[in-house]
Amino acid sequence: MTEYLDANALAGALSEVFSVDLTSSWRRCSVCGHTGAFAELHVYTDCPGQVARCPSCQTVVLRLVRSGDTLWLDLGGTGCLRVELR
Amino acid sequence: MGIISRGFGGRRRTAEDARVPPGQYLTDGFPVLSAGPTPRVTEEDWRFSITSEAGDTVTWTWEEFLALPQERPHTDIHCVTRWSKLDTEWTGVGLDTLLESVDTAADFALAYSHGGYTTNLPLEDLAGGQAWVVHAFGGEPLAPEHGGPARLLVPHLYFWKSAKWIKGVRLLDHDEPGFWEQAGYHPYGDPWREQRYWGD
Ligand SMILES: [Zn+2]
Repeated sequence: MTEYLDANALAGALSEVFSVDLTSSWRRCSVCGHTGAFAELHVYTDCPGQVARCPSCQTVVLRLVRSGDTLWLDLGGTGCLRVELR
Repeated sequence: MGIISRGFGGRRRTAEDARVPPGQYLTDGFPVLSAGPTPRVTEEDWRFSITSEAGDTVTWTWEEFLALPQERPHTDIHCVTRWSKLDTEWTGVGLDTLLESVDTAADFALAYSHGGYTTNLPLEDLAGGQAWVVHAFGGEPLAPEHGGPARLLVPHLYFWKSAKWIKGVRLLDHDEPGFWEQAGYHPYGDPWREQRYWGD
């Protein structure tokens, strides 16, 4: 049984906050140093929000909670993102 | 026969409705909610600790924990994702029993789990026969996906407070928000007052 999805599950909610598509960025983990596509994050959605974890060390990369028109976004474990602007 | 069944079902539903907090629906299933991989903790490696605000720690092994007086709470549970489940049966040790071994004047508690999950509660909500560390559900050992070997059970608050795979409780002088409380969820989480998010 797969418990998680990939980070494309976050694309809709993140596009409401950011003007660039973060799911196409690259990420370096600040905990384990793993480098890979943002889209490879493990995203858990069967919980009170959405939780994305590093595919290598399972550190929580981001937490997203949505209630009506309010969104809480905790990017505490994101590390460094490389975003191509065009 | 159909009429009698419907009538009986209807009366029972009304009695049940009074037990369902606002904005919740009833389920007969037991949905598995998880914000990460399921930790696999053996009974041999299992420990439960309470650390006081002064830094003193009391720890129980699985054997020591099972040797404590066992209680069988029969209760309704309410998940913030809007399902409620009535008449659940658990076996475990009351927090009152566990707290007897601890010298504390703390006002708050932070439960922490294998896998890194945390959740905060006022200490008075863990006392007074309102909270347990449970290891069985419906008479069977608690399955890993439901928090086994042991989870916290605090049924008068939303179920995210009932931390799965519990490892210990830190007693604190100040309130320290846990995993979901840091990310928009209510610091207390009373289902009867619909305290789902910050500001509710
Ligand atoms: Zn990592």
